[in-house]
Amino acid sequence: MKKKEVPQDKSNLESANFRELCYAVDENGEYTTENSSGWEPKTVALNNAIEEINERIEDAKNRVMKGESSPIEYYMELHKMDVGILASYVGFWQWKVKRHFKPSVFKKLSDTTLNKYAETFDISVDELKSLSLEV
Amino acid sequence: MKPETIINFTHHQSAHCENGVVSNLMKHNGFSVSEPMVFGIGSGLLFCYIPILKVNHAPVITYRALPGHIFKKFAKRTGVKMKREKFSNPKEAKARLDENLEKNNPVGLQVGVYNLLYFPDEYRFHFNAHNMVVYGKQDGRYLISDPVMEDVTSLSEKELEKVRFAKGAFAPKGHMYYPISFPEKLDLEEAIVKGIKDTCKAMLAPVPIVGVKGIYKIARLIRKWPKQKGIKTANHYLGQVVRMQEEIGTGGGGFRYIYAAFLQESGKLLGNEKLIELSKEMTEIGDLWRDFALEASRIYKNRSAQTDSYNKVANQLDHIADLEKVFFKKLKKAI
Repeated sequence: MKKKEVPQDKSNLESANFRELCYAVDENGEYTTENSSGWEPKTVALNNAIEEINERIEDAKNRVMKGESSPIEYYMELHKMDVGILASYVGFWQWKVKRHFKPSVFKKLSDTTLNKYAETFDISVDELKSLSLEV
Repeated sequence: MKPETIINFTHHQSAHCENGVVSNLMKHNGFSVSEPMVFGIGSGLLFCYIPILKVNHAPVITYRALPGHIFKKFAKRTGVKMKREKFSNPKEAKARLDENLEKNNPVGLQVGVYNLLYFPDEYRFHFNAHNMVVYGKQDGRYLISDPVMEDVTSLSEKELEKVRFAKGAFAPKGHMYYPISFPEKLDLEEAIVKGIKDTCKAMLAPVPIVGVKGIYKIARLIRKWPKQKGIKTANHYLGQVVRMQEEIGTGGGGFRYIYAAFLQESGKLLGNEKLIELSKEMTEIGDLWRDFALEASRIYKNRSAQTDSYNKVANQLDHIADLEKVFFKKLKKAI
């Protein structure tokens, strides 16, 4: 890549006001660095990934509303986690976390357990419970 | 600790966090070592498909060595001694950090990205192998030199604790590191040769998911994805390949340009014309990786569903693999 070809497309980096560093060659073929404000092919890839996550969040929310899942799954998706990551935050086995997705099991969870989830999601226990109460 | 400690530390932006932290800590200690030099000596370049791991519900491909390896290999090959500490208790982790700052010693930290508030939201994923330097404390906030950022920044005590104790794959567990002793004279020549040999070995490894063979493997998978997984998933997977290749920190072209910069610098240092020639070749290969990303983005941007277009990008990867196979054989002979 030539220094003057380093892409300067619009991207999500703008919001944080920074440009990433790229390596490129100057007119004499010498390696140097140049900042880039973004490159469209990767911005599109990132936006698609975000869209995918938003779909998962929406889907989880709908299932909670229909009484098919517990708010834990919704908040897990909201925080871009999967079962493995969530399990390591709350300190349970993955199968246990999956069991907590069942609304019937969720209803009976102790405050200590709920609190672990609430802390992980940075919300209160009431907030964690309230999503299912809206049904 | 004193209310205010500011170590005289110069922040240099780098493409990749791990190289950047090493390079910046070396410069702080009076050794001028560039980012590409750290990357090359530490054998950072790689291609590896990791079938057992999924990130964001898509397969993982890495264009670089495992987190921490560049660092370890660089230190070993140059004779720099590093102190590394991990903690189970956040309080202890904070105390050790404060202690070092008071001793005027800037330290490297491994952190999780998800709670790094100065990153744009869209970039905050559960990735736990980010690296930064802490160089002081002012008004209760830690002063941070994050190598991928243009400027220095800061985090509150609570914010720093959160990122140091992020959970999930590669959980940092408060991981802190800093150099404790240096050789009298930094012998880069020998370290460069070792670094290059190691990279050639990895890229030509007879393992189906590593190096050149790994690239062929991904090309084969891309051909299968649309039929096997459906267009939507195939595009999601393809997008992830491009993201891993061009993510912040790669310097462009899946680290191929940084590696070309390393070869150029090494060629001059060793007086080896062949390395300088090979640097040009690596740049051209890097351009082909960029072309692949551009072509792939056309597929997932328009959501076009022709199997033909998947075959086309797979062909591009096959071509790159052919070239890299020849390239690393030549590189092995050049040193």
